[in-house]
Amino acid sequence: MNFKRIWAISSKEFIQIKRDPRSLGLALVIPVFLLLIFGYGLSLDIDRVPTVIWDQDASSQLTRDFLLNFKLSKYFKIVRYTDNYRDIDNLIDRNKVLMALVVPKDFSHYLESKKTAPLQLLVDGSDSNTATIAMGYARSVVQKYNADLLTESFAEAGFRPSKTVNLRSRVWFNMGLNSRWYIVPGVISMIIMIIAALLTSICIAREWERGTMEQLISTPVKPQELIIGKFIPYFTIGFFDLSVGVFMARVLFGVPFRGSYFLLIILSALFLTGALSQGILISAGARTQLLASQLATLSTFIPTTLLSGFIYPIFNMPKFVQAVTYLIPARYYISILRGLFLKGNGIQVMWNEAVFLLLFAIIMFSLAIRKFRKKGV
Amino acid sequence: MIMNPAAQSSNIAVKVEDLEKKFGDFIAVNQINFEVKQGEIFGFLGPNGAGKSTTIRMLCGIYTPTSGKGTVGGFDIVKEQHNIKQHIGYMSQKFSLYDDLTVEENIDFYSRIYNIPKNEREKRKDETIRLAGIEEFRKRLTRTLSGGWKQRLALGCAIIHQPGIIFLDEPTSGVDPITRLNFWNIIKDMAAQGRTIFVTTHYMDEAQNCDRLMMIYHGTMIAMGTPEEMKTSIMKNEILEIVMPEAEKWMEKVSQLDSVKETALFGVNIHAVVYDSGKATQDIKDFFRQQGINDYSVNRIKASLEDVFVSLIETYDEEHKDK
Ligand SMILES: Nc1ncnc2c1ncn2[C@@H]1O[C@H](COP(=O)(O)OP(=O)(O)OP(=O)(O)O)[C@@H](O)[C@H]1O
Ligand SMILES: [Mg+2]
Repeated sequence: MNFKRIWAISSKEFIQIKRDPRSLGLALVIPVFLLLIFGYGLSLDIDRVPTVIWDQDASSQLTRDFLLNFKLSKYFKIVRYTDNYRDIDNLIDRNKVLMALVVPKDFSHYLESKKTAPLQLLVDGSDSNTATIAMGYARSVVQKYNADLLTESFAEAGFRPSKTVNLRSRVWFNMGLNSRWYIVPGVISMIIMIIAALLTSICIAREWERGTMEQLISTPVKPQELIIGKFIPYFTIGFFDLSVGVFMARVLFGVPFRGSYFLLIILSALFLTGALSQGILISAGARTQLLASQLATLSTFIPTTLLSGFIYPIFNMPKFVQAVTYLIPARYYISILRGLFLKGNGIQVMWNEAVFLLLFAIIMFSLAIRKFRKKGV
Repeated sequence: MIMNPAAQSSNIAVKVEDLEKKFGDFIAVNQINFEVKQGEIFGFLGPNGAGKSTTIRMLCGIYTPTSGKGTVGGFDIVKEQHNIKQHIGYMSQKFSLYDDLTVEENIDFYSRIYNIPKNEREKRKDETIRLAGIEEFRKRLTRTLSGGWKQRLALGCAIIHQPGIIFLDEPTSGVDPITRLNFWNIIKDMAAQGRTIFVTTHYMDEAQNCDRLMMIYHGTMIAMGTPEEMKTSIMKNEILEIVMPEAEKWMEKVSQLDSVKETALFGVNIHAVVYDSGKATQDIKDFFRQQGINDYSVNRIKASLEDVFVSLIETYDEEHKDK
């Protein structure tokens, strides 16, 4: 191992990156872009469900009181009042509302005569997930109203309800159940994985494509010197992207960071080493920039978004898919990032993940060197 | 120049035995044998696809041979590739410097890769730039240089560490005649300093400058010797030069004569490869008389390297027709 040669390669690479606006842009702008898109666009929270109300019983005070429960709830946003189904149809079709609440004419009459009153709820089911959640919200508003009615009538009759369960849930770590807090660490990990694998695989494929690799192989440069020399600049970029990610998470999205920055740096370095080696491994198989970039994107983007618990919780996946996720390094890194950001976890609770990242880095790095040595000659 | 002690005493720079390279079932280099002496300019000739570059790559440690063995500077080409790489310079057939670096940056890069001591780097850089004659392009991006200047820079970078054995794969393809001359002066100078030059070329006038030549075709060696030997003893046939108007029209007809093996057009003249010049001259004269042609001349000439090249390939093709 000769450090002068390693540095010769790194500084050459820095110059080339500096002169190639495309890869520089990819490395510095894409992360900000992705964070903004995912941070603002991909909110998993469903609140302020746009709702239209048709109150056929508008003259009644009772009905108006009942509807007040919906108006005051932060889960609904009453966008319109109407007096016909055609309008409702139209609003749902044009995605102006997700839900329509129809109060029948004799709603208050039923209640006043102590009968069960019907209430119609129309939900746009095209996104079944959102529809289910919106229905849940509506149900809980109605249940609350029912409970109040019940207590009221008991009281009128002179009873005092004694045995009831009062569930007081308290959410730890992410008090507001803010899904952005949950997503942003995932985005950071996705950015690092994709950028690292993509940039390294492209930069090596480019050397094959242009024939400069052949010249390099004829010099005394050893595969590990070449790989480490290529690592240094992209490692720097990776850490720059990490800093941008953490900064944006904290300042823009208000995600707290409760863990240790030292751990963040060490564990990110492990993850980055694995991702960079994966890029090199890819470029050993694909010797054109086009193929390399496609392979790199495919082999990082899909697992990192779908199988890492970034968006879809792992415990919700079929058993077989769950087993696969154990092989996805981003799974561990995301869990580490969430632990550091939200829970302030120390290494004692994260060492499992840390060990896996270390293994991933070692295996990928040695594979990259071996493959490179074999392919090179 | 540092070399393995064994090599130094034996004076052999490159030696291969039954060297073979296969790509799948395809045999690119078919069990060739040769030796190159230290300080020699060794010319490696052959048509496109003959296996020249593949051979050079095996010698430079870029490809591993499928079988056979060899040494470069006394080091084994399979087991001691790393040692070989310290002592050779290689200029590949395809331009292979970084075109997004400047001329100086490319030179700096290679001088650092070869671990040239810091205090020598500037001196070597200046030498390299002077040698390549690219003073005015120092700060230019390599991409913007014309083909000939790129080749000069590539040569300069390949020899910046003053290697003892230099492999040049078609160094003069696509450069103008003056630059070619310039290249060959550099090559001869280096050989005079005791360095070994292994060079491939398609230009026969360049081959003339080599101490020894080897011709390879379909991966197989078909001839080896000094340029003189090639033109005399190796060439079994004789050459008749026919000077006449509209030579290209008659070339085909002449080649159909029994005593003529084949014909080729050299400039505006026909070169006929014949088995016996006396008999063939008579046949050609008879043929032209029948056709009523008088304004021609037939003379026996000494074979040029080009004649040898063409004739050896034709002979090989004939012998391997059935395959
Ligand atoms: N990596 C490879 N994989 C498969 N076939 C190859 C490879 N490299 C070379 N070949 C084949 O081996 C043969 C010899 O190629 P080589 O490049 O050595 O020829 P050459 O004598 O240098 O020709 P040229 O004068 O065109 O440069 C060719 O048919 C070529 O297609
Ligand atoms: Mg070639």
